[in-house]
Order: sequence, then C-alpha cells, then structure tokens
Amino acid sequence: MVSIDVWNASVDFPIFDAKTRSLKKAVLGKVGGKIGTDQRAPIIEALHDITLSLQEGDRVGLVGHNGAGKSTLLRMLAGIYEPTRGTAHIHGKVAPVFDMGVGMDPEISGEENIIIRGLFLGMTRKQMEKRIDEITEFTELGDYIQMPLRTYSTGMRVRLALGVVTSIDPEILLLDEGIGAVDAAFLDKARNRLVDLVKRSGLLVFASHSDEFLMELCNTAIWMDEGHVRLRGGLREVLTAYKGRDPYENMSPETLARLGVEPVVPDAHARA
Amino acid sequence: MHATSTIDKPMIPSAVAPTRSFTRAIEDIRQGIAQRELWAHLGWQDIKQRYRRSVLGPLWITISMGVTALGLGILYAVLFKHPLQQFLPYVTTGFIVWNFINGCITEGMSTFVVNEGLIKHLPAPLTVYALRTVWRQTLMFLHNLAVYVIMVAIYFGSLDHVYQMDRQNGQFHPGLGLWSFSAIPAFFVLALNGVWLTLLIGIISTRYRDIPQVINSVIQLAFYLTPIVWSPDDLFGSGGSNRTWAKVIFQFNPLYHFVQVLRAPMIGQHVDWWSWATVGGITVLGWALALVAMRNYRARVSYWV
Repeated sequence: MVSIDVWNASVDFPIFDAKTRSLKKAVLGKVGGKIGTDQRAPIIEALHDITLSLQEGDRVGLVGHNGAGKSTLLRMLAGIYEPTRGTAHIHGKVAPVFDMGVGMDPEISGEENIIIRGLFLGMTRKQMEKRIDEITEFTELGDYIQMPLRTYSTGMRVRLALGVVTSIDPEILLLDEGIGAVDAAFLDKARNRLVDLVKRSGLLVFASHSDEFLMELCNTAIWMDEGHVRLRGGLREVLTAYKGRDPYENMSPETLARLGVEPVVPDAHARA
Repeated sequence: MHATSTIDKPMIPSAVAPTRSFTRAIEDIRQGIAQRELWAHLGWQDIKQRYRRSVLGPLWITISMGVTALGLGILYAVLFKHPLQQFLPYVTTGFIVWNFINGCITEGMSTFVVNEGLIKHLPAPLTVYALRTVWRQTLMFLHNLAVYVIMVAIYFGSLDHVYQMDRQNGQFHPGLGLWSFSAIPAFFVLALNGVWLTLLIGIISTRYRDIPQVINSVIQLAFYLTPIVWSPDDLFGSGGSNRTWAKVIFQFNPLYHFVQVLRAPMIGQHVDWWSWATVGGITVLGWALALVAMRNYRARVSYWV
C-alpha cells in the first residue's frame, strides 16, 4: 500500500560556515571569556512540527511563499532529509522531480542520460532501453538524442527530463516547480502526459505557483508558511485563503473549460 | 493499516526501525549493493568522462602508469643497486597496488561532497556513492594491470624461481607459482576495505572539511614511508643487521601490509602470515567503525553536504 505518514516532524539545518568551523576561533575563544560560549552551529528550522498522513489516491498541491518550506517538505517526503525530530514513514517507490538538471551529465548523449536518470528512479537498464524510442518521439528531439547534452538548449533539457519522468510508473510522485522553460506547444503536450502520469501514480505532491497547473493536477492542498502547515483542505479553499481571491477568477475561459468548471462571475466568490 | 486514522492524526507506525539504528544502516548497505546497475554504470561513466574526446581514451591510464613505473623503477634500481629484472616488476606492481589504495583514500573522502547534487535531489542509499568510487578505482586498477602483465611477461624468467632482490642479505622469495592466484582474494579484501574506508572517511570529511586537507598532506609522506619504491631489504642492506629496529618499526605501517598481501603473490614474493592477520583485523575493525558511523550519521549526510 502506498502511504506517507509524518508525525511531529521537524527539519533543522545546521549552518556551518568558515567561522564556526575554524579551529583558530575555537582556540582563541577560550581566552576571550563569554563570547565563544555557544559552541553549536546556528540552526535554521526549515520545517517545524509537521504532522500529516497521505494515502493512495491523494493529489496534494503545495502552496506558500518562497522559503516557506515547500521544497524541504518535498525532500523530506522523498526520504532525502530524515526528520531531525519526529518521524516520517514513506511506503512506496518515490519518483522525485525537483531539479531537472541534476543527474544529467552534459558530456554524454541524451540517450545515455535517459538511462542514468531511469536507473536513479529505480528502473533497470533494460526497461529504460525499451523506453528510449518512446521518449525520443515524445520529446521531438530526433537525432539530437545521440548528441552530447551540452549541445541542448535549456528547453530541450527540460523536454528530456520530462520525457524520462513521464515514461515511468511511480507510486509516489513528487513534483517541484520548474516546468517553465518549454514552449507553449510542448507545454500542452507535456500537460497531457503529466495528467496521464498523475493518474497512473498512486500519490502526488506538487509544489507550484501556477493556479492552473495546481487545479489540473491536484484536489487538495497544503499551505506552507514559515515551516508550518498553515492550512490544509480542498484546493480551491486553500488557494482562496492563500491568494485572497478565488483562483477561478483570473483564468481564461479555455482553461476553465478544460478543467470542466463553469466561468465564475467576479465577486460572486470573492473574499470567501 | 491506517484506514481508521484521520488525516491530521496519523498513528505512529512502530514496524519501521528508527533513523539511528543498525537495521537502517545495514539496509542502506544492502540496498546500495542491490543497485549494482546504477553504481557500475556511474563508475564506468566517470572513467569515460575523464578521457572523453581524447583519442586514446582510458588507455591513457595504462600509458601514464607505464611511464611512471618505468621511470621510478629504473631510478630506484640504480640508487639502491638492485637487479633491474626483479626490481622493475616490484616497483611497477607496488605502484599499481598503491594507486588503488591511494585512490580509495583520496577520492573516498570526497565521495559525498562531490555527489552533493545527486544526494540532495534523488533519494538513493549512501552506499551507492561509496561503491561508485570503489568501482571506479577497480576499473583504473584493471587498466593498470596491463602494465603488470607486460612487465611479468618480459621478466618471467627472473621471477619463476626462488630469488633474492638483494644478493647479499636479502629476503628469499619463493617465486611465481600457482599460489600467486591468492592475489585474487587479496584484491577482493582490498576492495572490501575500500568500501568501509570510503563510507567512514566520506562521512567524516563531509562534516569536517579540514580532514581532506589533513589526509592530503599525509598521504604523500605515507607513500615514501611504505616500501614501494624501496624494498625492506634496503633497511638492512649494506649497513649490516644492526638496523633490526627499522624492520620492527615499518611493520607498524598498516599500509605496508595492505600493499604486501596483493603485491607479493603477483611477483612471487614472500608474504608473512601477520600481514594477512593485520589486514584481516583491520577489515573487521574498519567495518565495525563504518557501521557505527553509518548508524549515527547516515541520515545527517544530506544535511551536511
């Protein structure tokens, strides 16, 4: 069964800089008296007392300001940061998509990069080799797939990364924002594949600033603020509280039609 | 199992071992080994990467080893007045073995630091990065082995019988024979040590960034203190046997025993039983230390890098 259980979890980062690590300071500090008494490195509390439980079928959007702890929460859910206090239990195969560029080697071909990235996501070499044709077709990279990655433009790299991620079957899919560098035509295509992928995956947590993407992929949401869960609930409700206005208000009629929602008359839902 | 729990109050599952436990440390190592395809691919990629766009590619590893071994071998054979046909294979083999050990130490300590990006973005057992490093060193070792094969092919006639490197009072060596195949288990033991070493000093160096500098400054000295370009015979060569204290002291260098268990069978030299005992003891002790480090600090590495 796919599930994530987080109980009173906190993530504290120790900050080691040259000053706190310096031996010189430790030695000289003894002479000066009270100044150097606090020997411990300063700590940043990135997440504080997070408690949540996600089950199979949950599609959770993460919203919040920059630095609110969205990415750190995603990394904790991926098992990269084990909480410094509290516990986090993750059952299921995790596929995190945080930074499109990580795990990509600029000197080797797109094809080899596809295989390496797939191996990191828990696939075998043979499974990835079977998928290469499909990924090439989807990314529209053509013969570029044989070229070293350094010859790719930013958009082409994003295409490749999206191609790999959307070709696998993850149980827990964790998406961080950063799907912005591709052109509009490809974005449409990628959107369909993402929606498809989300349907296939057991559990989704998606951090984004785009109401449109959130509305399309998620049904519930968590509002992160200064490392706390500020609000948790239905997506529309959380977005309204976070942004101070109904998310449907500013969307184009086409988007609304795709989401299957009636156009909203401004002010009808305002200041909910 | 959580069907009854509400969304905001999950039950604390008790079935999973806490973060700091030997169960989790061993699980990390077990899963790391299981992802053989990943670390083998990454290790091989590292080698190809280093020599990309060069015409000879990884063959450069072999060539540079050949040049260094030949140059140093001839220089020290002349300096210490040793017969070239036995001293040249001795220096070459010693250098190849030392390169493997040296690589495990110097690249092992930066294992987690250089993989910072991957560690922070993709969840994988830490052991994967340690195995990637040791596998890369193994591949380099295999490339260097070509130099050894050529050297032994040339001087086989001087190594296949009982010989002395120092004609007057040198150690008697049994010469190459079937027992030389004990080099294969010896290499496995060295690689096994490479893994614990990488895990242990990798973790320490991630937390304390001064440690790599300390090791870097000591490792060069260790090369000269270990009998690689000189032979233990030289310690009491022309000066007579009044320097037995020297023989006792250099035995305390653990690196000597690691070099010896692999080098000696490769060129048919005598290996003392206590060399194997020392290596075995260090293997057990090292793994115990690495397991304790993994238990306590495995989960901290992603915070520290």
